[in-house]
Amino acid sequence: MYVAVKGGEAAIANAHRLLAETRRGDTAVPELSVAQIREQMALLVDRVMTEGSLHDPDLAALALKQARGDLIEAVFLVRAYRTTLPRFGASEPVETGAMSLRRRISATYKDLPGGQVLGPTFDYTHRLIDFALAAEGEAPVAAESEPLPDAAHAPRVTDLLGQDGLIEPSAPDDGTPPGDLTREPLDFPADRALRLQALARGDEGFVLALGYSTQRGYGRTHPFVGEIRVGTVAVEFVPEELGFPVPLGEIDLTECQMVNQFHGSAEVPPQFTRGYGLAFGQSERKAMAMALVDRALRAEELGEPLGAPAQDQEFVLAHCDALQATGFVEHLKLPHYVDFQAELELVLRLRAEHAARNAAPAMKEAAE
Amino acid sequence: MSGRSMLARGFADPVHDAQGVFRAVMDALARPGTIQALATDLAPPAPLTSELAALALALADADAPLWLDAGLARNPAVAGFLRFHTGARIGEDPAEAAFALISDPAACPDFGAFAQGTPAYPDRSATLVLAVSDLSDREGWRLDGPGIRDSARLAASPLPADIASRLARNHAGFPEGIDLIFAAPGRLAALPRSTRIAGA
Amino acid sequence: MTTANPETGYNFGYLDEGTKRMIRRAILKAIAIPGYQVPFAAREMPMPYGWGTGGVQVTAAILGKHDVLKVIDQGSDDTTNAVSIRAFFARTADVAVTTRTRDATVIQTRHRIPEAPLRDGQVLVYQVPIPEPLRFLEPRETETRQLHALAEYGLMHVKLYEDIARHGHIATTYAYPVEVAGRYVMDPSPTPKFDNPKMDDCPALQLFGAGREKRIYAVPPHTRVKSLDFEDHPFRVQTFDRPCALCGAEGVYLDEVLLDDAGGRMFVCSDTDHCEERRAEGHLGTGGMETAHA
Repeated sequence: MYVAVKGGEAAIANAHRLLAETRRGDTAVPELSVAQIREQMALLVDRVMTEGSLHDPDLAALALKQARGDLIEAVFLVRAYRTTLPRFGASEPVETGAMSLRRRISATYKDLPGGQVLGPTFDYTHRLIDFALAAEGEAPVAAESEPLPDAAHAPRVTDLLGQDGLIEPSAPDDGTPPGDLTREPLDFPADRALRLQALARGDEGFVLALGYSTQRGYGRTHPFVGEIRVGTVAVEFVPEELGFPVPLGEIDLTECQMVNQFHGSAEVPPQFTRGYGLAFGQSERKAMAMALVDRALRAEELGEPLGAPAQDQEFVLAHCDALQATGFVEHLKLPHYVDFQAELELVLRLRAEHAARNAAPAMKEAAE
Repeated sequence: MSGRSMLARGFADPVHDAQGVFRAVMDALARPGTIQALATDLAPPAPLTSELAALALALADADAPLWLDAGLARNPAVAGFLRFHTGARIGEDPAEAAFALISDPAACPDFGAFAQGTPAYPDRSATLVLAVSDLSDREGWRLDGPGIRDSARLAASPLPADIASRLARNHAGFPEGIDLIFAAPGRLAALPRSTRIAGA
Repeated sequence: MTTANPETGYNFGYLDEGTKRMIRRAILKAIAIPGYQVPFAAREMPMPYGWGTGGVQVTAAILGKHDVLKVIDQGSDDTTNAVSIRAFFARTADVAVTTRTRDATVIQTRHRIPEAPLRDGQVLVYQVPIPEPLRFLEPRETETRQLHALAEYGLMHVKLYEDIARHGHIATTYAYPVEVAGRYVMDPSPTPKFDNPKMDDCPALQLFGAGREKRIYAVPPHTRVKSLDFEDHPFRVQTFDRPCALCGAEGVYLDEVLLDDAGGRMFVCSDTDHCEERRAEGHLGTGGMETAHA
């Protein structure tokens, strides 16, 4: 005799216990520390911070540990934690021009004030598995430190171009505080600040694919990497009661400024246009892809022909968030038997009608 | 006690007092014409009634600005009390308010002065909270519309002489319009824009 | 002000008071404009989008310490997600929970409306995945918002009529669109259309929360909720040609349960509380199993 399914509570408790056990894996292998993840899985930590919209390397590392290395799950943990944090206000805009640089490259100029600084990059490594790492050898020899440019002597490439009027000026700060899509529901059309916020939080894979699509002709923007800079900036905050900025600390950022397709008119001489990307930590792929998509999303503003997916802000912004996407995709595994029964009933009825029609072929032929 | 030297306190239990006020408002709006109990022990500076204060503390904040009628604006202690406890902006322009507090309902400004929402966003509209002295569900207007089982009655006073035509115009503009909450001592009732009104 | 419970570390009902106020304001406007989708700044919740974050936020915003909460998924109190959400509120809000429809003051649901008639004073909170009834006909929010503003719902009627032309029936079996109080067309959430008639003139307040899509909407009590149809193709609900095998109930929504790999199946109440209550009253079904579809 069938008994209505019971025991959901026990099943959940059991699943949680199993998860904890599986997360730990073989107990003969030493447990990972949060500090190890933070130091040795740093790019993953940076990505969790970027998509989690929270700069806290220790928390991101802990989330990765708890999530068994599942990136989106870790972002989820960080975001859910972030929602509960009290807000004191918005910081002053960070000055990336005064960034203490660890890496700085330009694809538009062979040399430039401050120079090209490769810094720690995979770019010119040969992707050969390094079996020496499996042997857990000694600490690598410290690199000869490249001469790092003084921030004051490494101006942003877009500022250099701007001096000559060769690139469109950044929109002046009119004092309007930028929107916050964690505090206000996204409304279309969204302004550039909101679009950039959504892209910064957006899934790296999705933003990457969209950026790639613009290079393949779906909304071409003729991009050049004006500059990628990676380093540390100071964060300042003006408390209401003090009225002057106080330093809160420093954060690591990656900034990408794309120099794109020029525009001009009878009134305005031709100028290059901008695409912008910014991410926490060292997240070059994300910052570059973001800059491509940012520029593509400006197509309408710049009077360019429309029609490519990356130019369509409703499409891009509504689908770039990994948490929203994974939630709605994965919710398909929740029970849907009530709705399935409704569909089944209709299909059975339609099949019965179909069978009845086919059972009278003579009449059908006569009708024809 | 002088309002200047000492700020009247807010909710004794911020979480549950706010929830209680909200549920009374929710029930009143969901069932127009019904009278909901509203117990509050707030003692705000006059002429802010404790009911008006309770509604403001429960629903206003930095994201939901307030507007005060002339009577309330006359005593700076009222704005001081509301600013301290809600963090809400108190503006001069009634069109910018999410909630308008009206201590002298007979002199309530024309509804058109308040945000009506737009055809695409009718929710971007004001809620008026009027401090009435009398409230009855046995006489007055005959109400009909969403939230009302057959029909309901509601009388509130004092109100402007032309209140019936104002309410009729407000309903005619649906889905745009304003929503009204009548707060009498210890009780409240509501008239959302969706309610049709016959007779005054 | 937020006062965290020392045991859980979170405020009553998990959400901070500022978030609750924001949601409460959206609920009040939703009630005043029945069927209209109010945008709200849904927060990231500690459960995934798609698991009922919208419903959970609405419930958290309305819940008080004297409420009695019931949570169902597919009509059942014991499906894993219902258990999980009920446990979340028992932990963060310490409210009384129940499985009995009549004892509950707040009922959060996914995909069903209880069989037992709801009563005045109850609130039914729906979890909604896609709040926009026009979304699958027009994917753009800027467009659908205009269509609602103009009450231009021809698109929906065309879609339903194309079904009739192709299949001889309206092929929408769940999330069947309704017109609320003669104005807005609304998605009732993916409840089977069997439940649509229960929404009409319902004594309970019905609130709808869509977290991922950031919308809240409402149907006040005793409001006209009309399922869209045509004169020559009137709205009809699903019927089952058999009673519940466990409690013998007729005219209720049934789940099909597969019993073996030889086509053995039985049909039982989707609303487990309703079924249990009937059995406690002595109603018994045949308990029988059937083979193959009739």
